Amino acid sequence: MRELSLHILDIVTNAIEAEANRVIIGIRESQADDTLIIRVRDNGRGMPEELVKKVSDPFVTTRTTRAVGMGISLAKHATLAAKGAFDLKSTLGKGTELWMRFRLNCLNRVPLGDMAETVVNLIIGTPDLHLAYHHRTDKGDFLFDSYWILARMAENNWTLYQTMAPASEYIRQNLVKIDSVG
Amino acid sequence: MKTLADLRAIKEKAKQELASREQTAKYRLVVAMGTCGIAAGARTVMTAIIDEISKRGITDTIVTQTGCLGYCDQEPLVQVIQPDKSVITYGKITPELARRIVAEHIGKGNVISEQVFMQS
Repeated sequence: MRELSLHILDIVTNAIEAEANRVIIGIRESQADDTLIIRVRDNGRGMPEELVKKVSDPFVTTRTTRAVGMGISLAKHATLAAKGAFDLKSTLGKGTELWMRFRLNCLNRVPLGDMAETVVNLIIGTPDLHLAYHHRTDKGDFLFDSYWILARMAENNWTLYQTMAPASEYIRQNLVKIDSVG
Repeated sequence: MKTLADLRAIKEKAKQELASREQTAKYRLVVAMGTCGIAAGARTVMTAIIDEISKRGITDTIVTQTGCLGYCDQEPLVQVIQPDKSVITYGKITPELARRIVAEHIGKGNVISEQVFMQS
């Protein structure tokens, strides 16, 4: 994947397929510590321990169309290729938490890319999902919640699709305000 | 600061809009968002579709996502579920082609036959 935000889109899509209705995306970016940490938590059905152990193997999937699943193995590879770390915890019936750490200034690190597009498309494609996106840098933090979109619909009598452009613009402006290098 | 009651009211109002769209929808556009689709560019394809629907003021169409359809080499895939429930699957869709699907297929009912990968 060309952007870490595409891995995040893929991971949250997994959560939705695991019947999650609440997802929290947390990003912590620090020049002072030279780290970029991405955490995705969901309240989906979770995975049994045996599956957690082998899910980063590309030949493991819950899908039935074919016996190959690339999503988690690619995300793990993106961290290891940039001397980072990867962790996945899951509790059956409670949810899953995925954690990736990178060196912010490592040349092999894939850029974060367009988080606004990832977050807004997830909310618009799955309006029943309650999604919270929290992004912290050394300069400050920014929280975007799927309620922002629902509130704009209610206040302005907009359709769901009319919220896309203003929501994306709002997220992009706020990421600039907190000096996200991505 | 919004109270919990305000938030509930907002959610209810938004739900009504979504429910009415669900009831009146003629077309359903499905973007394949498996790992293969995402890697091939499905995210910008979805943005183009929603932007075009919004710009044209189309209200009888719903856009949803699905996982891998099993034809990873044809990604990004976009399915149009038509009013008669038949399904047209378009393959190798770019954002420009996605806008054409909205304009031609959804807007005028003309299938873009050269991009059709599968029909069922």
